Amino acid sequence: MAESIGCATSGVVAQASPAAPEVLALKGVRKAFDGTEVLHGIDLTVRAGEVVAILGPSGSGKTTLLRCANLLERADGGELCLDGEVFDLVHMKARDITAIRRKTAFVFQGYNLFRNRTVLGNVTEGLTVARKMPPDEAERRARICLEQVGMADRCDAYPAQLSGGQQQRVAIARAMATDPEIVYFDEPTSALDPELTSEVLAAMRKLAEQGMTMLVVTHEMSFARNVADRIVFMEGGAIVAEGPAREFFECPANDRVRAFLQTVDGDA
Amino acid sequence: MLGIMADSFTSILIPGLTATVPLAVISFSIALVIATATALVQYARIPVLTQIARFYIWIVRGTPLLVQLYVVFYGLPDLGIMLDPFPAAIIVFSLNTGAYSAETIRGAIESVPVGQLEAGYCVGLTYGQVMRRIVLPQALRTAFPPLSNELIALVKDTSLAANITVLEMFMATQRVVSRTWESMPLYLEVAAIYLLFSTVLTWLQHVGERYLASRGMERG
Repeated sequence: MAESIGCATSGVVAQASPAAPEVLALKGVRKAFDGTEVLHGIDLTVRAGEVVAILGPSGSGKTTLLRCANLLERADGGELCLDGEVFDLVHMKARDITAIRRKTAFVFQGYNLFRNRTVLGNVTEGLTVARKMPPDEAERRARICLEQVGMADRCDAYPAQLSGGQQQRVAIARAMATDPEIVYFDEPTSALDPELTSEVLAAMRKLAEQGMTMLVVTHEMSFARNVADRIVFMEGGAIVAEGPAREFFECPANDRVRAFLQTVDGDA
Repeated sequence: MLGIMADSFTSILIPGLTATVPLAVISFSIALVIATATALVQYARIPVLTQIARFYIWIVRGTPLLVQLYVVFYGLPDLGIMLDPFPAAIIVFSLNTGAYSAETIRGAIESVPVGQLEAGYCVGLTYGQVMRRIVLPQALRTAFPPLSNELIALVKDTSLAANITVLEMFMATQRVVSRTWESMPLYLEVAAIYLLFSTVLTWLQHVGERYLASRGMERG
């Protein structure tokens, strides 16, 4: 992008080096609902340690893209390359799907903590059941993760007893615990009021600082600007702009980005 | 009147404990297995099996329990299938309660938010693991009160087994009546014992609900 050469690209958070290996590559992802195509062939790569924020207006396909990447939606076309292995998103077998999900983690907008498990149980479930880790080791690991999101003192609480922000922090601990190659965040703060939003963003920032690879669908401009290394801007089911975070905000690549940034100006 | 009730008490209660209770408990246990399987088949939309499940529920819910008892006990011998009264009653009660409970359990499974299933997938669980560990336990919480209703209804419905010569509590009462001609006190007495059984079950239901609530599954 020649027009953006003048922009500084140093983020606040340490950036993944361009030479870092690709953890995730999505190629030509297409998805239609009831005959209406909502993803028109998306290409997206995320390198190890990189934090990529996907921005864009509602209905642009951001969430669907994330869900296709973890096979919560079955794409109509496209490939997934995760950790060096290539899969056909359309014909992927159940065993492969479970295998790639064990290498990733997903933080939902609505938290989706297991309602019949305590805070600790939510974090250990994926360790003891999916990864056959011995219970005491899983518990030790879970407590460390909960400590990092400031929820270690609520280990025995059930989700219904927690605030939304607390639930989302537990969900982040649940995602960290399995030591994933990449964590997908689907609008993790959209269901929270501003006060609770900041505690969740702080937990995410901490995760980013530890070098976790993250792909984050968000409407939080300050998070995108200050924590993300790279911004992917989607509109109408396609990526219309992409670039380093600082550059994206300070030298918008095109009119659509500029228009979008103006509408969310108060946030940034 | 109290005298005749006291005299007949054990001859009514004992068949209650040796026939009515086992009939209800065994049938209900089998019914839960049938119901869960039927519900899961429908929830997962497994072809053919789903149609079979729907057909089964349609037939069983659409015909009277008493008629079902007659078909199995008096009708099947025409096809060369002879069943003793007790097993015949178990089969009919299991299938009958199973059909009603299947709908209860299916509704309860469908009421568990799909996000629970997705979260389970995303921590790496398989479909079977998510269903067994996350979805079904939550569905149980929702299904518990209506399933308790079905168990209580079943306990009372076992009296219909008297029609196929099962010597349960109601038939035992009829026998005492035919000997003594004391209809009113004896039928009130057996009614009271059914009420006692139901009361115990209602109490157990409350205990069960409190237990489930303590496991984080209070409503809302």
